[in-house]
Amino acid sequence: MYATSYHRASSVADAVKLQSASDEAKYVSGGMTLIPTMKQRLAAPSDLVDLRHVAEMKGISVNGSRVRIGAATTHYEVSSSAELKAACPAISHLAAHIGDPHVRHMGTIGGSIANNDPAADYPSAMLALGATIITNTREISAGDFFTGLFETALEEGEIVVAVTFDAPAKAGYSKFPNPASRYAMAGVFVTKAGDGSVRVAVTGAGSNGVFRHAGLEAALAANWSADAAAGVDIDATDLLSDLHGSAEYRANLVKVMAKRAVAAA
Amino acid sequence: MAKVAMTVNGRKVSKECEDRTLLVHFLRDTLSLTGTHVGCDTSQCGACVVHMDGKAVKSCSMLAAQAAGSDILTIEGLAANGELHPVQAAFKANHGLQCGFCTPGMVMTAVDMINRYGAKLDEQTVRENLEGNICRCTGYHNIVKAILAAAEEMGAAGRQAAE
Amino acid sequence: MGVEGIGARVARKEDKRFLMGQGKYTDDMFVPGMRYAAFVRSPHAHAKIRSIDTSAAEEMPGVIGVLNGKQMLDDGIGNLICGWMIHSKDGSPMKMGAWRPLAHDTVRYVGDAVAVVVADTMGEARDGAEAVVVDYDVLPAVTDAVKALGTGQPQLHPEAPGNLIYDWEIGDGAATDAAIAAAAHVTEMKIVNNRLAPNPMEPRAALGIYDSAEDHYTCYTTSQNPHVARLVMSAFYNVAPENKLRVIAPDVGGGFGSKIYIYPEEIVCLWASKRTGVPVKWTSDRTEAFLTDAHGRDHVSTVKMAFDANNRVTALKVDTIANFGAYMSLFSSAVPTYLYATLLSGQYNFPAIHANVRAVYTNTVAVDAYRGAGRPEATYLLERTMETAARELGVSPAELRRINFIRSFPHQTPVIMNYDAGDYEASLEAAMAAADWAGFPARKAEAAGRGMKRGIGMSCYIEACGIAPSAAVGSLGAGVGLWESAEVRVNAVGTVEVLTGSHSHGQGHETTFAQLVADRFGVPLDSVSIVHGDTDKVQMGMGTYGSRSGAVGMSAVVKALDKVEAKAKKIAAHLMEADESDIVIENGALKVAGTDKSVPWFQMALAAYTAHNLPSGMEPGLKEGAFYDPANFTFPAGCYIAEVEIDPETGKTKIVQFVAADDFGNIINPMIVEGQVHGGIAQGIGQALLEGVHYDPETGQLLTASYMDYTMPRADDLPSFQVSHQVTPCPNNPLGIKGCGEAGAIGSPPALMNAITDAIGNNDLTMPATPQKVWAAARAATN
Repeated sequence: MYATSYHRASSVADAVKLQSASDEAKYVSGGMTLIPTMKQRLAAPSDLVDLRHVAEMKGISVNGSRVRIGAATTHYEVSSSAELKAACPAISHLAAHIGDPHVRHMGTIGGSIANNDPAADYPSAMLALGATIITNTREISAGDFFTGLFETALEEGEIVVAVTFDAPAKAGYSKFPNPASRYAMAGVFVTKAGDGSVRVAVTGAGSNGVFRHAGLEAALAANWSADAAAGVDIDATDLLSDLHGSAEYRANLVKVMAKRAVAAA
Repeated sequence: MAKVAMTVNGRKVSKECEDRTLLVHFLRDTLSLTGTHVGCDTSQCGACVVHMDGKAVKSCSMLAAQAAGSDILTIEGLAANGELHPVQAAFKANHGLQCGFCTPGMVMTAVDMINRYGAKLDEQTVRENLEGNICRCTGYHNIVKAILAAAEEMGAAGRQAAE
Repeated sequence: MGVEGIGARVARKEDKRFLMGQGKYTDDMFVPGMRYAAFVRSPHAHAKIRSIDTSAAEEMPGVIGVLNGKQMLDDGIGNLICGWMIHSKDGSPMKMGAWRPLAHDTVRYVGDAVAVVVADTMGEARDGAEAVVVDYDVLPAVTDAVKALGTGQPQLHPEAPGNLIYDWEIGDGAATDAAIAAAAHVTEMKIVNNRLAPNPMEPRAALGIYDSAEDHYTCYTTSQNPHVARLVMSAFYNVAPENKLRVIAPDVGGGFGSKIYIYPEEIVCLWASKRTGVPVKWTSDRTEAFLTDAHGRDHVSTVKMAFDANNRVTALKVDTIANFGAYMSLFSSAVPTYLYATLLSGQYNFPAIHANVRAVYTNTVAVDAYRGAGRPEATYLLERTMETAARELGVSPAELRRINFIRSFPHQTPVIMNYDAGDYEASLEAAMAAADWAGFPARKAEAAGRGMKRGIGMSCYIEACGIAPSAAVGSLGAGVGLWESAEVRVNAVGTVEVLTGSHSHGQGHETTFAQLVADRFGVPLDSVSIVHGDTDKVQMGMGTYGSRSGAVGMSAVVKALDKVEAKAKKIAAHLMEADESDIVIENGALKVAGTDKSVPWFQMALAAYTAHNLPSGMEPGLKEGAFYDPANFTFPAGCYIAEVEIDPETGKTKIVQFVAADDFGNIINPMIVEGQVHGGIAQGIGQALLEGVHYDPETGQLLTASYMDYTMPRADDLPSFQVSHQVTPCPNNPLGIKGCGEAGAIGSPPALMNAITDAIGNNDLTMPATPQKVWAAARAATN
């Protein structure tokens, strides 16, 4: 790891101030991606601003169907929240399968979506839930937030403070993990809203990061069933291909995970 | 360099270290607590697992500064008065270790797992909760057996205490 | 056996320190003045070094020294060596290219070390290493051994034209060809044995300490054989004479073969300690481990197995190309020859066998012995072929094996080995019963109802442990003898120390070796200590690998115990005025048989040291040493059965049961033996399902350089295992034991692959059987 300076923020405002004091500062929340990346000397922030102790960024609240999750809420907290399990069990299920227990104790939802790793789980949930990403300066719809591999709409210094969404009538998530890293090779989050509208978001498979699948959405809007998902052709053209899975194999996984997500919803 | 203060195994410590110092190196190099190990660079092997404020975390994936002010428990702090903790005793009785290198992380993970699940643990749950710990010697067979035995023993002890 | 003697399921004496975090591994050593080393490594698979500019690094904070290969050459540090001479079939010796600890002229794999930076902290050493500027002239690279043998390929070493290290053969080629020509059926296969990274959880480390006043070196290192390390560093690398070099292998966190070898880093740390005047410690990170620890396997073979009309094997013909990487590692040459081709008879009565093996240089890290070493390759080739033959011949896999089992012993195979004892049918029957083989069709049908493809497969393996005798291995090219040493010291208060040349890095010697003493003298296990891993304490030893510690290391202890017992009985007989031949040792006392006269063990020991009343002419004290050189290899064997369910939608394999039935001869501690089997099976399953090293074929970059891409077996990849033992004692050593450390890794891969190919109905599948490959193979079978 290159040398760095550590700062602990006590509030969002404090964090912004600390971050703006340096050109090369980065926010760190759970650090489950950033610290290993720094260890491998692939990132070299001059300063780290720790958000893990910012009280206003923590906690889960459920009002009717309206869900708000503070950005500094850990995966463990999302996976074990009784309120959330009642309102939207799919997101608790997703959180319960990110990384491993130790990672879930540290990693946060805000960190995950701000990093937008193409194989991370949360971005698919945000897209499929039509979530709103609340930052210190504005609200951004998930559809506008994820802009590419490790790219988001966040401006320099902008902090994800919370996410909100309406719990859908039905939601399900299924992923096929990479056998080595255990990140998603294909993860599919499906939702069906009260008005019957369907969203399907895919992570781990797209060569440009998380994306919605129009074909699956149309098929499932017409007929919400695993069989309907099975009948959709998944185009492998824009899918990732690597040591562990060709684009063709990932296309198959997208279909199979979509089926299983619908079955689980 | 900054002063980092925390509680480690019940003792308050305060030491100077570079900001880039990982918690695991703070424990090993600065506090001479070499029971916590480093087995990979990518947060996967779990040889470095310690408890921070009662929860298992990977000490190789956080800075010592991030842990400042917290309560850290390492493998050295688990046995009370030289008496093995029930999880340690179960690993011994069930031959849940061979070379011993992954063992501290495994034991700390097992304690955390039992804290979360209690005596409800079953083989499948244990195996899933060992996702963040790699052992190359045992094939996990006896580690799983040891954790189940410890969970049962600790669950029984808990029930007795409650009665 | 008693509660602590031979055969007892004793919990391990060494566990407490590991469980309390008190183990002391090399990286746990902190000595005054110690500094940290970081290596500058080649980012290219093949390149000429034009220049190395260390000036910027020398100015970095905390850096106290930047050293390079030219300086090492100037200081007379020698080349790394391969210690087993193999001659090609034309009589020429193997072609060994020069391997410098720090390359100064040419780099030949990604990770080849070119310089070392010593600094105050690990971070500063790495900062410094990054500041060293090496100007490379990049050359084309080749990573595939078959390709490297072709024309127009990059050439690694001028000593080895065509990248060919040796072209070796064993067996009777003419008889084999004739039998194949006359066969009723010939099964032909191409067999690929995938390349693996050993991955002990403790990364390699070394701490070099030079004492200028005494001109003496101490090396703490992660070694399976510290004495061999000292011998080689002394005799070949010219680091220091043996009496000026102490090598300590303290607690070592697993080896699996990869810590047998002497690597550049420990030599460099010792040398750098003298050059810089401070103790120098280096600890590998995991990516360095993937880049620089010797890999295992990497064979490509073709095989023909011939049968007569009664389904009896008549011949086996094998052609193997073995990838050796960029340099010849310490035991590399022996692996695809005497540890592989000599096991090609398996458990079967082959009248004729011929094997040809070519060893090849490529631009990859060195390949050497990894758990099983040669025997997994032989077993995989034989058992995949035997299974395929059974399918082709329409015979059940068990029946075809039964027809061909060797049933009388000793048995001379056509490939050197003389099997001394075994009962292969017993293990086969035990495994089939444990797996409920007969009930499989019903389970398969039930799985099909759930949309799952279920398959079952077996593997009958044999291996050879405790390579020996020394004279024989010497005649085959070994540079060392493969005996073992032991010394038994009885203290004046009756406690016992056993010094052994074996080295424990997970195998539990501190317990099992002590069980021998408890069993013999009836003393408590706690009063016995095992001393190993330090060249200043134990005079000489050959270390632990090849499942040799039981068969060879313990036999040496037994030999020393025999001498101690004889002297103890003499002393006791003298004290009790009895005849020495009437003395028996029971429950910690020496007794006169048939009387109530007895002397407690400790009192006899005290008498030996007070020497007030010893038989006339007897030396005081009670300490005996022994060197044991085995008469033959030992031959563990067994039968493994795997049952799997494949999810045809994803190609994911779930192992629903795994059965091991092993014959290890007599067993000292069943709990520890079972643990060895479990671990071996996990590594075998890893090879079959999960693990594989991949280099980019064009650039030679290692694509699987961390656990993000190299799939280590995790708890949820594996089932619990059903393990049983059948016992035919080894007739060639005093304990009747055969060795158990590698069997699991040897027997399991073919059982898995036979089960998976059975499930999907497609035999065209290579290891590792990843979900993607199984999915594609299953689809190909259906379409």
